[in-house]
Amino acid sequence: MWSYALKRLLSAVVIMWAVATLVFLAMRIIPADPAEVVLGDQASQEALAAFRARTGLDRPLLAQYLDFFAGVVHGDLGRSLITNAPIAEQIWAVFPYTLSLAFASLAVGTLIGVPLGVWTAVRRGGWIDFLGRIFALTGFSFPAFYLGIVLLLIFSVWLGWTPIIHSIRGGGWHEHLGKLVLPALSLGLIQAAYITRLTRSAMLEALGQDWVRTAYAKGLPDRVVYYKHVLRNIMIPVVTAMGLYTGTILGGAVLTETVFNRPGLGKLLVGAIAQRDYTLIQSGLMVFAFIILLVNLLVDLSYALFDPRVKYE
Amino acid sequence: MAGPGNGASASAQDSAAPLLSVRDLRVAFDTRRGRVVAVDGISFDLDEGETLGIVGESGCGKSVTALSVLRLAGRAAHILSGSIRLAGRDLLTVSDAEIQAVRGGEVGMVFQEPMTSLNPVFTVGEQIAEPLMRHRRLSRRAALDRAAELLDKVGIPTPRARLASYPHELSGGMRQRVMIAMALSCQPRLLIADEPTTALDVTVQAQILELLAGLQQEFGTAIMLITHDLGVVAEFARRAVVMYAGRIVEQAEVGALFERPLHPYTEGLLASIPPMEEDLDSLRTIEGTVPSPHAMPPGCRFAPRCAAVRPACRTIDPPLLALAPGHQAACIAHADYRLPAGSGQAHADTPA
Repeated sequence: MWSYALKRLLSAVVIMWAVATLVFLAMRIIPADPAEVVLGDQASQEALAAFRARTGLDRPLLAQYLDFFAGVVHGDLGRSLITNAPIAEQIWAVFPYTLSLAFASLAVGTLIGVPLGVWTAVRRGGWIDFLGRIFALTGFSFPAFYLGIVLLLIFSVWLGWTPIIHSIRGGGWHEHLGKLVLPALSLGLIQAAYITRLTRSAMLEALGQDWVRTAYAKGLPDRVVYYKHVLRNIMIPVVTAMGLYTGTILGGAVLTETVFNRPGLGKLLVGAIAQRDYTLIQSGLMVFAFIILLVNLLVDLSYALFDPRVKYE
Repeated sequence: MAGPGNGASASAQDSAAPLLSVRDLRVAFDTRRGRVVAVDGISFDLDEGETLGIVGESGCGKSVTALSVLRLAGRAAHILSGSIRLAGRDLLTVSDAEIQAVRGGEVGMVFQEPMTSLNPVFTVGEQIAEPLMRHRRLSRRAALDRAAELLDKVGIPTPRARLASYPHELSGGMRQRVMIAMALSCQPRLLIADEPTTALDVTVQAQILELLAGLQQEFGTAIMLITHDLGVVAEFARRAVVMYAGRIVEQAEVGALFERPLHPYTEGLLASIPPMEEDLDSLRTIEGTVPSPHAMPPGCRFAPRCAAVRPACRTIDPPLLALAPGHQAACIAHADYRLPAGSGQAHADTPA
């Protein structure tokens, strides 16, 4: 298992390199020059040149690329092109917000999706199944940011339960938790739709297995058969999906954080892109890629917990 | 439905209170091509401690019958009529909680496919302990202790260590032993064994059957042995029920059945067992195939394949009648068979 984990880490390094290179090149292809964005249209040629010289943007592309990599390899994410602040600090400051949003929406997705998937599977063809399928279909078709706007409209504008715009910083943990509810719902409900569908189909397949009949022949009630015998067997596809959705969640966080005006990795990136802050975008996306790779590795390693037949080569 | 009822009352005379008593059981399945009656009015009894063989080709309804006893025939199955009494209580009408107490508690079940019948993600110990914790209210620790004893009884070496094994770490024969340990864990009064050896190697088959016979001696469990193998019946069952196309065509003590089969289908089955002492160029078979449940022939269901068929066989659907003490068959071609007045017509009204 350890050699498997090591192999996966090595391949992760290669993927990270590929991601970094892609991001680096993509940034240079987008029109607009950071110097012009920062200094404005009226800036003199001298001022622009000075800015480029200070930030290293006047150097050859390859030199910039190698600089960036040298930094990454040494664990130095560099400094913001615009504010000159250390990027690691900026990311670290907002990371807890994104992490709590990701966990909260994962919890919403799982706690709704798994039981609903089980329920719709065992009531296949009934009205519960019908409603569950409508829920799933609606979830598929809604972008998270749009759902966020709808939730804001309902709970903040119409019902007035939560303020539309609130400062997130400061306040106790319960206040943080309160401010997490709507963003977590807007990301989590859409995840729940996916997890419902997935759990339902995995469950339906598993219910036809011989060992399910054996479980009933022992005198076990439905509840124990579904939630003990079957659920454990379908954890692998469900957990795999959760791992894959990490990417969706982080992607969704970009928009959700903007809609709810929450600090976080996503909002940081959106700001950086608007300002053409090359270094911040590069490093921020590296962090995104790293999280996704790490989560998927953990998911793969968790398989052995659910299924004793899994062997890592 | 006078016919099967007659047959049942004949066998009910053998014993005052059978452990299991199936009467006029009819089970249908919903399929894409409509409703199909898989078991069509069968009746039989099973005494305490007895081994009853239920024999027939695949599709004859023997497994459906076995599964119906515990109401495990699945969502597509509908029990149209009849009763299944275990010690007097009709299992078809008891509550869900009651049938759950019967399953694994009073009636254990062993299935055909040991490779897929155990849950792959739980240890053997956990799976055997489960019914003990549920029905016997044993603590987890006590249940696992008992599970180890049971593994020892079913002939698994180093039972303590095996408790922690997962099914994929065991051979097919070992897994079937685990299934048997599980089914017998709460010392049920009845064990339903649905083709318990079909999926196993021949050498392992004999071991498993001997194990079952030994455990039956020890626990006094009655066994309902579902099989397509007459050899298995000959060796292990006291009585046998022969099923064809959802009906019982013959029922007798095993000795009588083998020495003097009364139904042409039973004769055909016996004749298709290759004799040990001769070299054969070809195996004897019964001509034709089992009729489709969507298109049952009128009259006797075996008539299209029967070597002794008469014109009347194509119109009269013969009920099961006692032709000798403890020996019933459903064949009008037999010399001793006398249709009870009016009962031939009673069945002629159930065309396909």
